[in-house]
Amino acid sequence: MRFYEFEAKQLLEKHRMPLVESRLVQTAEQAAKAASDIDGPVILKAQAIAPGLAAASVREASDAEGARTAAAALLGVDDGGRKPKGILVEARPAGEAVYSLSFTYDGTSKRPVVAAADMAGKIDDLGDSHPDRIVRRHFSALYPFSDYIAKELARSLDLGGNDLKRMTRIVAGLARLFLKYDLADLDITSLVKLGDGKFVVLDVEADLEIEARNRQRPMLDELGFAKEDLRQVREPTAFELEGAKIDEEDIRGIISPIAEFDGNIGLVIGAGGGSLTLTDAVRKHGGRPANYAAIGGNPSVDKARRLTKLVLSKPGVEKIAVMSNVVSNTRADLVARGVIKGITELGFEPADKILIFRVPGAWEADAAKILEKYGIEYCDRTVSISEAARRAVEKVG
Amino acid sequence: MAVIVHEDFQFIVQGITGREALNFTRECLQYGSKIIGGVTPGKGGREVYGVPVYDTVREITAKQRVDGTVITVPLAFAPDAAYEAIDAGIKEVIIITEGIPRKDASAVVEYAELHGARVIGPNCLGIIVPDVCRFGSLGGPAVDCRKAFKPGVVGVMSRSGGMTTEICNALTLSGLGVSTAISIGGDPVIGSTYADLIPLFEADEDTKAVVVYSEPGGTAEAELARWTQEHKSRLPIVAFVAGRFMDEMPGMSFGHAGTVVNKKVDSPADKMRRMREAGISVAEEIGDIPDLVRERIGN
Repeated sequence: MRFYEFEAKQLLEKHRMPLVESRLVQTAEQAAKAASDIDGPVILKAQAIAPGLAAASVREASDAEGARTAAAALLGVDDGGRKPKGILVEARPAGEAVYSLSFTYDGTSKRPVVAAADMAGKIDDLGDSHPDRIVRRHFSALYPFSDYIAKELARSLDLGGNDLKRMTRIVAGLARLFLKYDLADLDITSLVKLGDGKFVVLDVEADLEIEARNRQRPMLDELGFAKEDLRQVREPTAFELEGAKIDEEDIRGIISPIAEFDGNIGLVIGAGGGSLTLTDAVRKHGGRPANYAAIGGNPSVDKARRLTKLVLSKPGVEKIAVMSNVVSNTRADLVARGVIKGITELGFEPADKILIFRVPGAWEADAAKILEKYGIEYCDRTVSISEAARRAVEKVG
Repeated sequence: MAVIVHEDFQFIVQGITGREALNFTRECLQYGSKIIGGVTPGKGGREVYGVPVYDTVREITAKQRVDGTVITVPLAFAPDAAYEAIDAGIKEVIIITEGIPRKDASAVVEYAELHGARVIGPNCLGIIVPDVCRFGSLGGPAVDCRKAFKPGVVGVMSRSGGMTTEICNALTLSGLGVSTAISIGGDPVIGSTYADLIPLFEADEDTKAVVVYSEPGGTAEAELARWTQEHKSRLPIVAFVAGRFMDEMPGMSFGHAGTVVNKKVDSPADKMRRMREAGISVAEEIGDIPDLVRERIGN
């Protein structure tokens, strides 16, 4: 879950990391005031989290008037359907050198890792353009962070004297903060060394481990990070909110994540990997999925019924494809009953609305019997996912 | 021969009295697996389908050889259960529990490495060697499990538990069958990656080819590609990358916790390119896998 930069900076400030002077403002007027307070060139950053906005959300200004104009434009940035959470007005440091730092988990070594480079940017991007400028050190999530690791990293950046000591303090502080707050990624894309030799953090990107959001609640509360705010890259649609509600109201099994696309084939599909594979398969055969769903963990008849109604009620959806990988835990017969009930309640004939029913595995014989009654063919495990998707697309026309 | 488990493999279940654990304990026993004990604190002295339940792992390891453990305890207790098993000397640790933050998974895996233990998962379903041993909850009821997993020549590694069964079912239907199938887990930090496990398949004489199911997110595919280039492996590898539609939706997360495209290496397109460059056959469609395997093993 992405933090807004101003939130990430609050965390850094709390842990006494050196930051550039900055103010969070909500209007162009306040931005002008902030710029004149800072009294020097400023950088204005629209507080947004949707990907791909890096260039559009940053402007520079040399005075209050310039800041006002820049802020007025930045307030119009479209953050995945949301307005920016304000504008960060920051002093533009006159630096003599710039570095970048990146903390993440390395899936290969299974350890946290810090990377650094003697240039600005995101280490992930620099890895392609300047691999020789990057140095790395793994550390441990099992043992407390020890300063020497930060010192070794600073040394491998060829730093010495006070630079080495200052960089060590910053890297160690960030590593501890990274572990303490369950961050998944922490990128300092610009760490500037000022004329007086001090370092200041200019640009920060930070992501919280989504699975740690409950135990990190005290920190999130302190930041004013709302409980229901999952920081999706765009605002959830009414369809997606309804799907999430269906999931919450009945703890038996799951049907989510639910996502809305703009196609015409309604997908009542499962589970995690199966849904990814099925969505690709429908597209591969020229079909246009209307949605994403992920049935798993043996949902109740009622949950399958509500999901079916939700998908079939979506404008532009004429028919649904009910498909999954070979299930072990989810009962095919319960899915069949739920789907048929949902269609009937909307006043349709199940045979008119189901493009294909391919849910092989647990309780498959019972599912086949139920479907037979309604004149629907039950596709068993001999029909591959690719074949099922092909048939569904062909049938929808 | 088989990978990790064998005919005499004896294991325990931590969290055996939980709803999911009760189901798969019964299923494993019906499949013929040797479950010699279970652990649930406060429920020592009971029995689950004839399996004795203890309060601590050491009460079992003190008396008997324990080759492995399946951990399905609730989220908050999962790392502790893993430490308990590792300290009791258990070397094969499957963690089914879902939703463990990567920091905790990383700590558990480091601890396991220090003690010579292997972790499979978290957020996985375990291992099956068809008709020999089922270690975990892969494949569901024994009757369904036998339908989907027949002994054969293909090793399977998958980031999705459900897709492990789907792919093994397709391999079984095609007559190729499965040597060992491992659900490795869908989280960003897992104990054993494709590259960690492939040497085991390499050493397994029953395995003639390996099929890999992957998803967006993480470096495991790039690591496998590197391994394949650096080692003169005898095994042809066929891979399938799901979630290709996610390349158009950066930052959106679907399915497993590890499934998100934030960095370049996360994207299905990048994974497919790297694997193809390393000589891995990448299936365009899931249904193409059995034919690609046949092509590669010349059969």
